[in-house]
Amino acid sequence: MPVIENSQGMPGWRLHTQRQSLTRWFGWLLGVAIFVYCWNVISEATTWFFVWDAPRIAGDITSRAMPPKWSYIDQLWKPIWDTLNMATLGTILALIMAVPVAFLAARNTTPSAVFIRPVALLIIVATRSINSLIWALLLVAIIGPGVLAGTIAIAVRSIGFCAKLLYEAIEEIDVKQVEAVTATGASRWQGMAYAIVPQIAPAFAGISVFRWDINIRESTVLGLVGAGGIGLQLQGSLNTLAWNQVALILIVILVAVVISEWVSAKVRGAII
Amino acid sequence: MSGALATGVRLEDRMGRAWKKPPFITNPVLRYTLLGATIIYLYLAVNSIEVNWARVSEGLVRGWEFVKAFANPDFTSRWNDIRDGIIESIIITIASTVVGIAISIPIGLGAARNIAPLPIYLVCRAIIALSRALNEIIVAILLVAIFGFGPLAGFLTLAFATIGFLSKLLAEEIEDMSRSQAEAVRATGSSWLQWIDYGVKPQVMPRLIGLSIYRLDINFRESAVLGLVGAGGIGATLNTAFDRYEFDTAAAILLIIIVIVMVLEYLSGIIRARVQ
Repeated sequence: MPVIENSQGMPGWRLHTQRQSLTRWFGWLLGVAIFVYCWNVISEATTWFFVWDAPRIAGDITSRAMPPKWSYIDQLWKPIWDTLNMATLGTILALIMAVPVAFLAARNTTPSAVFIRPVALLIIVATRSINSLIWALLLVAIIGPGVLAGTIAIAVRSIGFCAKLLYEAIEEIDVKQVEAVTATGASRWQGMAYAIVPQIAPAFAGISVFRWDINIRESTVLGLVGAGGIGLQLQGSLNTLAWNQVALILIVILVAVVISEWVSAKVRGAII
Repeated sequence: MSGALATGVRLEDRMGRAWKKPPFITNPVLRYTLLGATIIYLYLAVNSIEVNWARVSEGLVRGWEFVKAFANPDFTSRWNDIRDGIIESIIITIASTVVGIAISIPIGLGAARNIAPLPIYLVCRAIIALSRALNEIIVAILLVAIFGFGPLAGFLTLAFATIGFLSKLLAEEIEDMSRSQAEAVRATGSSWLQWIDYGVKPQVMPRLIGLSIYRLDINFRESAVLGLVGAGGIGATLNTAFDRYEFDTAAAILLIIIVIVMVLEYLSGIIRARVQ
C-alpha cells in the first residue's frame, strides 16, 4: 500500500504511489494538450462573429418557427407513410440477408472457419462502419432518388448490425440441445431447424424490433440526400426558410421516435 | 382388448398424433390476425414504392463502375481535400468526446436516483431524453443554421449527442452499484465529494472508461456524415465526390473511413477487455 509521511513524520495513506501519480499526471497533461490543440483548430476554422451573434439568430428562428404551421400536416401523411415503409421494409430485407451471414459467421455453425468466416465478418464490418446516410448518398447516385434507394440504404446498413448480434446469440447457444437432436439421427439442416433456431428465436425477434426502432430514426433524415420520406420535406422547408414547417416536421419526427421506442420496448418486454 | 385389435384400429391411432413443432404465438386468433395484417401491410407498402425501372437499369451500369472503383480507388488526385477532411473529422471527434464526457459525468451523477434528490434527477433525466430523441443530423442542421458552417457546429452536435448516451449508461451503472461500499466511505465521516470520489468512482470507473472509448468510436462514424449538412469533416468531401460522380475518390474516402473505424473498434475492444 502506498504510504506517505506527513509533517510530523507519521505514516499516512494515499491512493497512489509516487510513480503511479507521476504517470497519471503525465497522462492528463498529454490529454489536455491534445484537447487544447483540437480546440484551437476548431476555433480557427470558426467565424466567431457568427457565434457571438448566435443567440439573436436562435431567437429569430424560434420566433419564425412558432407557432408551427399545423395545416402543413396534410402534405406530410404520404412522406410519413414512406418513412415508415423505408424503415420496415429495410429491416425485413436486412434480416433476410443477415440470417445467412450470421450462420456463416458464427464459429459453431460456419462451414469453414478459415475461408468463409472471414468473408462473413468482412461483410459485417463493412456494412456496419458506413452510416446509412452515406449508403443513401451512394444509392441515390446509382439508382436515382426515391424511396427505393432509402429502403436499400437502410437494409444494407442494418445487415452488419443484425448479423453481428445474431451470430453472437448463435455462438452462445446450449450445445446439449444440438447434441440431443443430432443423436436422434437428424441431418445438419434438421439440427439447425430443431435445435438452433428455437434457441435463437427470442434473440432474433428482439434484434429485429430493436433495429426497426433505430431504422425509424435513421429513415427520417435519409430524405436530406434525396432518398425519400419526411426528410425530403424537411430539406425543402429548410431551403425555403419555412421555419414554421420545419417546426411541425420536427414535432412529427419526435412523436414518431417516441412511438417507435415505446413499441420496441413493449415488444421486447413481451418476448424476453 | 383383442376384440379392438381384431376390428382393425389403425396403427396411427394407436401411436397417437405425430409431434408437431409448437407455434411461435400460441393464441391462434392473434396468430392469424397478425399474419393477415402483416401480409396486407406488406402488399400496401411494396405497392406504394414508385420505382423508375428505366432509371434503375441505367444506374446499374454506374453501380458497376462504383464496384470497379472500389477495386481501384484513387487516393492521389484529391489527396489534400481527403487529408484535410479526415483530420478535421478526427479533431471534431476528439474534442466533442472530451467535452461530452466532462458534461456527462455531473449529469450522470444527477440522473442516478440513489445519489440525486428528486428535482435534480428529473432535470437530468429530461436532458438525457431530449438528447437521445433528437437525431444527430437534425441537431447538426439546426446548429449549422444558428452558428454558421464549420466544425464548431459538428463539435457541438456530437458533444450534445454524447451527453445523452454516456449519462444514461453512467446513471444506470451508478444505480446498480454496491451500496455497502459507498456506505462504508460515508461512515468514515467523508464529505459529499470524498464520498463520490472514494465510494462511487472506483465502482463505475472501468465501465465509464469502456463507454467513453465506445463513444469515441461512434463519434468518429457520425462525424463522417456531419459534413453532408455543412458541419465540417470528411462528409463534405465525400458529398462532392458523389455529386461529381468521381467514384474512385469516393471509394478511397470510404475505404479510409472503414479502415479507421476497424482500427478504432479493435483498439476499443482491447481497452474495454482490459479495464472491465
